[in-house]
Amino acid sequence: MPPGTKLFDFSWTVGHLDQIWTRIIQHFQLIIVPLLIGIVISLILAVWAVRQRWAYAPVTLITGILYTIPSLAAFAVLRPITGLSFITAWIPLTTYTLLILFRNFTAGFTSVPADILEAAEGMGYTRRQRLLRVELPLAVPLIIAGIRLASVTTIGLATIVAVLGDQFGGLGQLITEGIQTFFPTKYLLGAILSVILAVGADMLFVRLERLITPWARARAGAR
Amino acid sequence: MDGVIAFLTDPKNWEGTTGIPNRLVEHLEISVLAVILAGLIAIPIGLYIGHTNRGSGLAINLANIGRAVPSFAMMVIPVPLTLTLAETGLYDPNFGLVFLPPFLAMTFLAIPPLLVATYSGLRSVDRDLVEAGRGMGLRERQILSRIEIPIASSIIVGGLRTSTLQVIATATIAAILGGGGLGRFIFDGLNQGLAGRPSIYAGAILVTVLAVGIDLLLAWVQTRLTPRALRKPGRRPTPRQTPGDPDLEGVSALVRT
Repeated sequence: MPPGTKLFDFSWTVGHLDQIWTRIIQHFQLIIVPLLIGIVISLILAVWAVRQRWAYAPVTLITGILYTIPSLAAFAVLRPITGLSFITAWIPLTTYTLLILFRNFTAGFTSVPADILEAAEGMGYTRRQRLLRVELPLAVPLIIAGIRLASVTTIGLATIVAVLGDQFGGLGQLITEGIQTFFPTKYLLGAILSVILAVGADMLFVRLERLITPWARARAGAR
Repeated sequence: MDGVIAFLTDPKNWEGTTGIPNRLVEHLEISVLAVILAGLIAIPIGLYIGHTNRGSGLAINLANIGRAVPSFAMMVIPVPLTLTLAETGLYDPNFGLVFLPPFLAMTFLAIPPLLVATYSGLRSVDRDLVEAGRGMGLRERQILSRIEIPIASSIIVGGLRTSTLQVIATATIAAILGGGGLGRFIFDGLNQGLAGRPSIYAGAILVTVLAVGIDLLLAWVQTRLTPRALRKPGRRPTPRQTPGDPDLEGVSALVRT
């Protein structure tokens, strides 16, 4: 740090709240679309893989390869093709969610014990009723765990989108600008806000899981 | 595509400090060092809490928070500190900007998957086996080294795979701070507009090949380490699953940079 630079300049922060707010909004724009699309694709793939067991291995392999591509590479490769638009950011952010979501969703569906499924059948549930009333609720903990991990991952990855340009850089833009101008307040703000967002989302989903699966807690209490 | 082939076959790109071999060495150097340091921290702790089951709640919670932290953010948070320390003359200021912060971030990010995998690997060992070992008069240390570690080794390598993938991807981003490594080809290419495209594609290909290659190598090690009795065809070794407790599964050890 150059001598005389303040580690954190509060007056700058207060004077640039609108700029910071814009970046936060952009960050949300970057993460919400990929998460929703990722959840829909993964649910379809998971239901398919649970019914057709052979599909599990190839889907894991393909989503695994997509997952292995370093994000900077993915954004950079797409830029000349899809241009400077949200699409360029959304495509890799979506593909990175698939492996996590697909594996957690299938694990969720297959975690339902066979005797419970038989009991449901014995009670005269149709296949659709069984899926909606028995399998889905019991798979909820693992489904939410998957969405939680995918959200946290996407929030982190979205900070790297800033390399694409400043129109939609999100919180990563504050980081890159701060680094380029040797202005600690700006890059620390970008970094700390993205940490708060990621850790906050993580905690939120843990709460959510507890809230919508009260039976899990009741069982733990009874033990 | 022709541009990429021209870029990759241009002898100028294969020599000197900005050439592909040197960038690859830089990339591997920082990655290997970070994984080793992370392993030295995470594996002993994981072995301890896995064997004794003491402090597991705290460790798993800390690891969870640790893997929620975005890698790019983690990379810049130590910058003021590493730059201030550079003023004392301990090291070069450039080293404090382009090497130390990404290195610290990579180490930090590699710890949670390794720790969780080591812990859950040990916990996946059948308690009867441990008791049998005790009955045979094995000491705790011997139970660890002869029963628990061999059985858990493939799961531990699974954690190593996740960590390594994370670290290689993070080393790519280090280019944004001005560091070396293969990310330079991508980042420099992005700043050159149209003329930079071959460099972007070449860098992306090199990094992806490196990441996928190392992952495959470690996947091979992982199957080799699986005890033969557990190595049934078509059945991949997975840690024992507790529904609703995804932290004990290999699945959720994944967080991507």
